[in-house]
Amino acid sequence: MRVPVSWLRSYCDPPLDGPAIGARLNDAGIELGRIERVGVGSPDDFVVGRVVTAEQHPNADRLRVCTVDDGEPEPRTIVCGAPNVAAGQTVAVARPGATMPGGAVLGEATLRGVRSSGMILAEDELGIGPDHDGIVVLDDDHAPGTPLADVLPIHDEVLDLEISPNRPDCLGVYGVAREVHALTQAPLADDPTAADADARGDDRADACAHVEIADPDICLRFTARVFEDVRVGPSPQWLRARLTAAGQRPISNVVDITNYVMLATGQPLHAFDLDKVPNGHLVIRRALPHESIRTLDGVDRTLDRDNAVVADSTRAVGIAGVMGGADSEVGDSTTRVLMEAATWVGPNILRTSTALGIRTEASARFEKQLHPNGALAAQRMAARLMVELCGARLVPGTLDDYPRPLEPRTIELRDARVAKLLGEEIDGSEIASILSGLGFALSGDAHSIGERLADAGDSLLEQLAASGLVPAEQLRSYSLRDAIGRFVPGDATRTVTVPSFRDADVEREADLIEEVARVHGVDRLPTSLPARRRAVGRLSEPQRLRRRLEDALRDRGLFEVVSYSFTSPATLARLRVEAPIALANPLSEDQSVMRPLVLPGLLDAARHNAARGREAVALFESARAYGALTSVPTGTPAGATPASERHHIAAVLTQASPATWRSDVVPADFFAAKALVEHLLDVARVDAPLETADHPFLHPARQAAVKGIGWVGELHPAVAAEWDLGRVGGFELDFDAIAERSPGPRAYKPVSAFPPVVQDIAVVTPDDVPFAAVDAAVRSASDLLVGVAVFDVYSGPQVGEGRRSLALRLRFRAPDRTLTDADVAAERERIESALTGNGWSLRA
Amino acid sequence: MPEPTARLEQLRAEGLAAIEAAATVADAEHARTGVLGRRSELTALLRSIAELPPDQRGPVGKAANDVRRELESAAQARIDELAGAELQARLADDRVDVTLPGDPAASAGRLHLITATRREIEDVFVGLGFEVAEGPEVEFDYYNFTALNMPPAHPARALQDTFYISDEVVLRTHTSPMQVRAMERHGPPIYVVVPGRVYRRDSDATHTPMFHQIEGLAVDEDITLADLRGVLLEFARAIFGPEREIRLRSSYFPFTEPSVEVDVSCFNCDGSGSLPDGTRDPLCKGSGWIEVLGAGMVDPNVLGFVRDSGYDPERVQGFAFGLGVERIAMLRHGVPDLRLFFENDVRMLEQFG
Repeated sequence: MRVPVSWLRSYCDPPLDGPAIGARLNDAGIELGRIERVGVGSPDDFVVGRVVTAEQHPNADRLRVCTVDDGEPEPRTIVCGAPNVAAGQTVAVARPGATMPGGAVLGEATLRGVRSSGMILAEDELGIGPDHDGIVVLDDDHAPGTPLADVLPIHDEVLDLEISPNRPDCLGVYGVAREVHALTQAPLADDPTAADADARGDDRADACAHVEIADPDICLRFTARVFEDVRVGPSPQWLRARLTAAGQRPISNVVDITNYVMLATGQPLHAFDLDKVPNGHLVIRRALPHESIRTLDGVDRTLDRDNAVVADSTRAVGIAGVMGGADSEVGDSTTRVLMEAATWVGPNILRTSTALGIRTEASARFEKQLHPNGALAAQRMAARLMVELCGARLVPGTLDDYPRPLEPRTIELRDARVAKLLGEEIDGSEIASILSGLGFALSGDAHSIGERLADAGDSLLEQLAASGLVPAEQLRSYSLRDAIGRFVPGDATRTVTVPSFRDADVEREADLIEEVARVHGVDRLPTSLPARRRAVGRLSEPQRLRRRLEDALRDRGLFEVVSYSFTSPATLARLRVEAPIALANPLSEDQSVMRPLVLPGLLDAARHNAARGREAVALFESARAYGALTSVPTGTPAGATPASERHHIAAVLTQASPATWRSDVVPADFFAAKALVEHLLDVARVDAPLETADHPFLHPARQAAVKGIGWVGELHPAVAAEWDLGRVGGFELDFDAIAERSPGPRAYKPVSAFPPVVQDIAVVTPDDVPFAAVDAAVRSASDLLVGVAVFDVYSGPQVGEGRRSLALRLRFRAPDRTLTDADVAAERERIESALTGNGWSLRA
Repeated sequence: MPEPTARLEQLRAEGLAAIEAAATVADAEHARTGVLGRRSELTALLRSIAELPPDQRGPVGKAANDVRRELESAAQARIDELAGAELQARLADDRVDVTLPGDPAASAGRLHLITATRREIEDVFVGLGFEVAEGPEVEFDYYNFTALNMPPAHPARALQDTFYISDEVVLRTHTSPMQVRAMERHGPPIYVVVPGRVYRRDSDATHTPMFHQIEGLAVDEDITLADLRGVLLEFARAIFGPEREIRLRSSYFPFTEPSVEVDVSCFNCDGSGSLPDGTRDPLCKGSGWIEVLGAGMVDPNVLGFVRDSGYDPERVQGFAFGLGVERIAMLRHGVPDLRLFFENDVRMLEQFG
């Protein structure tokens, strides 16, 4: 909402400059976007002038040489190119040295041999309108030399306010003025809608026109007035200047009046050429299926049952609350006008403007739900302007279909509640003054029961004193008032009547408290901390575990990335997985489905870095992956969630560790990825066996499932190539599953005070026997075995084709004694026979 | 002078010379054995003392023992001296180039700046008595809008461009839906912060379709707007420095009443609006204040949606706030463009966390 400060000051003029007014509004919740300067750079050297002579330029057909009285002793000579300049006109003059709207400083110039000292100005040269066809001609009652700024708003500020959707009343300049009044106590001018025009003539509006709401679910009120003898023409300069500063292009007096009243009051209007409405009959109904209309902007639009229309007896002539139709538009030849001011149903207007993709000044106001009282108020203001500016005659009578009149809303406000919510006692008189300043009416008993009792107590003591039964001095030390105040805390309650223009926004006591708080100043409230009861702040066990796992990866040299939760179907196709959830209105195909695994974001990040010269990376992400939608419950969801979401921790490596001056590069192979998985599971103290897996995006021979938790492996070379990557190791684990399995507090296990014995053993097996099988056989054979480590894996001629040797370091320890050679020999024998029992051989 | 005594003096001089002449530990050991060993003349002489006349045994024995001690100590000193020098030489040969890099290489990884910032903010609120909860990102329209006092076609819905999955399901546009979920699960009093990803259908230099918020909610019998101010002041000082002040301005959110915007005094210019050289501070645009979050008192209508869980709007009240994690990180670290957070360029990642 663009609010020209000069217009605002015509309603409320506090002793503050424009920025200060903007700041007060901003602090009170009427957000100030920015302050714009309109008009000329400086009002100095712009004056009223009178054209004394206007002669043809000797050397140029299109120029005149004028002498202009600008209040100085000698008239100045100005060469002017405007076709409408003529002797006797009162005009706007810029003297040399004047700063023009663009900031340029006007100098003297010689035009085709004639010295020109100044400029006679057109509207656009003053920054107060778009017109450049001719100079501005002013009323003759302004004396030459009068500062032009006293006559026209040539140097103004515009507050660009961002009005929140609950405040349609501030989509009008007078509404903003009311706020300024409440905030500054500067006087507020009378409501410009209060006074009506005088109707004249013997005819009646209901004889010329007829309006009817066919569907009260789409229209709360429809009013119309009829004007005869309308003379369509340009609006006066002051009106054009105000509209221009407020961001509206002046069109013609009738259309400008509808816009001006809307900008002043927030209530949009629409003017019909009554002669283009057959029989003057208008009906408010839903559009028929596929009904079409050509709107004012010349576009043909197709409507449906959800859209409200204003229709004549055969067809729609306007999309209700959004845009009028082209056919019944007011034009230069219009002499009879039907002025419409209606109250539409906000949600319906919002739906229509969204569906049709048209957002207008009118729809932006109607969608916020205006009050029906505003319609008639706007009619009054518009009628006065129609009479004044268009010479129109207001036909007696107002057509007014208002099927369900609204009663004013009243709310009980307890002063104690104000203090309880805000944390500060605000004086009752301040509460009353704030609310009445905003247009709320206060009634009822503002005094509390306690105060009434105290008043009664005072009068009791007075009577007692008057009676002479008790000496007056003795009574003076008594205060029933204080005693009552101790037992009956303030419970002042007022009945507040909400003004119609705040009806949609102020419904409850809390809304009134907000009004008090914001005008009082939320920044003036004290500072305290909650008196906490039963509130202990802590991270939950899974939250702590998640941080530990993230930290573990970080500490092993991985960088954490954050990538978008959505991806493209093409990306998932490259991974050969399906997208379970698609967006109905994605921004782009690239971000159109929710990712079922975190991997693609990591691959994108690896590619991004590789393309910038960083081929070797180790990255992880800790984020959600999205499963299928669940069924939508009927009624409220009652805690249900619409989709399965699991928190994943995933990583990709294109290198495990770099080559150094004394060690070789460690490639990002299966075992590099597995080392990280083992580390994470160890941190979480979760055991999860590896099992075979067949993820299509992984190397078929180098992948494994981490049972119930996720996968680890090398990326399929073909998939890696899609991301322009070479060998990629990675994993993706379901953190929620890890957290569910992570054990709670553990019991202490005694540690042995006796030394361990270490022995090595080498076992030769067929090479398809997994280490896990050997490990299990070894461990199950001995009770004193406390550790098994592989220190060599060998296949080659020494063990024969199709076989391999695993060298194991075994660690024995007893809890209660030092092991003897005989003890260890016995254990080893049991282990050896377990191994040979499986058909495996021992290597010397 | 008796003959044995003269010989002793000779042995002493010869022994000392031999020890002194040793150039290595081995030489020195050899010299010691030659001078003091079982087959040495000195040992023989000591053995023969018993054969001397009784009046000579005392003086000769003492002199011989003195010589032996002197030679022993000289030998030991020489050995120690030589061993020290030899160790010195050996260690000198062990010298490495200490400026070569450590190995195996163990570079530190980093948390993403969003995670680091989010955790820091969580920890501030944990310290203030809040728990941390997370909610679904694929969310019902009901929790994202309706239960937050934005029924269908409410004009405030237009304030946020929403990603829809179906008529009933959206990507949450804020972390606020978790207010209602948290209260459904947990009766009053409740003190909770909700970090998480949120989504808006918007993409330009200052908007990304996904970003991170932290929601705060405190509902108890007597939580006031003044308490909100106190909690947010603690937050601002913990994150932006102990000298910070905050400023409240009225605002509008459908689910709080009253609603406020919260500014923190600018840490770049200490709230003055200008830099030491007198130029306008670009961070706060000369105002001395930076907008950091929106907040307010929980709207009674929102409490009304969880009345069954013990939230009677006549009996309990509280505040809620929501802040953008990226915004806080951008302000603190001078990150110029929101999109940098999601490019995941290692050269950015390695600077933080």
